[in-house]
Amino acid sequence: MATRTAAAPPSALPPLNKRLAEQGVTPRLLLLLPAVVFALGLFVYPFLYGLGLSFTTDGGSLWSNYREFFSDPYLRGTIWLTVRLAVPAVLIILVAATPLALAMRGAGRGKQTITVILLFPITIGTVLLSDGLLDFLGAAGWVNRFLLDTGLIDQPLQLIHNYWGVMFAIIITDFPFVFLLLLSYASGIDPAYERAAAVFGASARQRFLRVTLPLFAPGLATTASLAFVLAFGTFPSALLVGEPAGSTRTMGVAAYSEAFQQFDYPMASTVAMLMAGVELLVIVIILGLRSRLVPTLSSGRKG
Amino acid sequence: MSTATSTSPRTTPAPSPGDGKSRLRPSFTKLMTIGVLGFFLVMLAGVVGSVLLSSIATRWLNTWLPEGYTLSWFSSAWQEFGLTQVLLVTLQVAISVLVITLIIAIPAAYVLARQDFPAKRLLTVLFLLPIVVPTITYGVPLATLLYRLQLAQTLPGIILINLVPSVPFAILILMPFVEQVDESLEKAARIFGARNWQVFARVVLPLLAPGIIATSILLLVRTIAMFDLTFLVAGPTTQTLVVKLFYAVSAAGFRSPQSIDAMAVIYMATNVLLLAVAFKFINPSRIVGGGAH
Repeated sequence: MATRTAAAPPSALPPLNKRLAEQGVTPRLLLLLPAVVFALGLFVYPFLYGLGLSFTTDGGSLWSNYREFFSDPYLRGTIWLTVRLAVPAVLIILVAATPLALAMRGAGRGKQTITVILLFPITIGTVLLSDGLLDFLGAAGWVNRFLLDTGLIDQPLQLIHNYWGVMFAIIITDFPFVFLLLLSYASGIDPAYERAAAVFGASARQRFLRVTLPLFAPGLATTASLAFVLAFGTFPSALLVGEPAGSTRTMGVAAYSEAFQQFDYPMASTVAMLMAGVELLVIVIILGLRSRLVPTLSSGRKG
Repeated sequence: MSTATSTSPRTTPAPSPGDGKSRLRPSFTKLMTIGVLGFFLVMLAGVVGSVLLSSIATRWLNTWLPEGYTLSWFSSAWQEFGLTQVLLVTLQVAISVLVITLIIAIPAAYVLARQDFPAKRLLTVLFLLPIVVPTITYGVPLATLLYRLQLAQTLPGIILINLVPSVPFAILILMPFVEQVDESLEKAARIFGARNWQVFARVVLPLLAPGIIATSILLLVRTIAMFDLTFLVAGPTTQTLVVKLFYAVSAAGFRSPQSIDAMAVIYMATNVLLLAVAFKFINPSRIVGGGAH
């Protein structure tokens, strides 16, 4: 590149298409056109449409839908009900999946098998899972049968149509996703660092806290954010194994019922926008925590 | 494809002085591993086992195992839920989504993987955003829009709403595959006078075939399993299998649970079959991880 500009006469500016090509603007970019049209038409525009709808009013102020949301305890409460499900679920999943992912990164054949088993719930989806949970955790299901037969309880436990049913559903659907993501991050951490630390006399605890965890933190933060978004959007399981009118009335359920049962489209969009806002807030908190707890390593690792 | 297994030699533990020590830590980790995996497997086996057993049970009340076994629930579920029509809708939706997604995603993945240009980061974020935002958040406004445009409850409406997560997903999976295609082959074709479209159609696409096949199968599985979005716009005659299953489960009590479970098994079998084919082509941990290695 440098030799070519040196050879050209300094006064003559290369033609426009050549200058653009140097920036990477070539006719080949036209191949992106369908995807751009798609993204604008089916994602950006509907989102803006929803945003506009949430500010439409019947004569009141611009914020009347939002004011109504926050003044109605039934609507306002859905934020807390959703957070109350999503945050513990994500914490449980992360605590369970992190050691598993770190331990599993060296395993060869076993890793493949476990990956296949874990992918299974992703494939069957939440609806089938909920159907199965109704059978398995129900009053006549195997879990209660086992607990009754072993004499641990006298009355069947109520595990479905409440908070716990949805909690089980979230954990089973999101655990594989979190685990596989963490596994791919963990595989990127070179075990040589830990061995080096061991050579210098670091204990197992020190190696984990001072070597592995800082290297793992960026992946952990990204995974936590994605897992939270997944759990926050809980919808079918909240309807099927939860108590959609009460303890598991998540924001997703509220948005759906406002739109397609009450036909209050502006309020439905308002709930959807608030959902996006809460998610964004939590992601910012997670990423903030990460940079506060663990100083970023500039030359950490790729991925 | 060959790189899928290339990480294993690196991670085989080399004998080192620290090895004896590092074996102490896994004793806790190992317990935790077994506990977590055990719990997960028991839950999964219990859930799937309950559904499978119930679908072939004559009667099953308050006992460990059903009173007797029959296959008749499958034919009665097929009749009761009109599964011929439902499967036809599911198939039409899945295949249409697949074809349209590939047409949009292959060129985009190709350019994103090959070329640097201004605003590339912005475009990448825009394309991948629908994966990170939960479906209900954009699904409700989009479904509202589709209702207003009279597209809801029709096949085109269901196909459109399903494209939103499918296109980013396909771009994400295809990009590493494009990176594996040796760029010098394209240059060689150009030197021999091939035009741009010829390079794309005769060099890039054939070399991309394994990636396209893998993406296609995963897209089919995803679309068949996609509940949230399809549910928002499905009408009485345009329910896919998973939406039909949802209505059956949520209205439990009106029909025998065995009949619902039989439909669930049909749904599960479809997806497992497709996924089994997918495993012939890909290493799943690479897909989910987005190529972090």
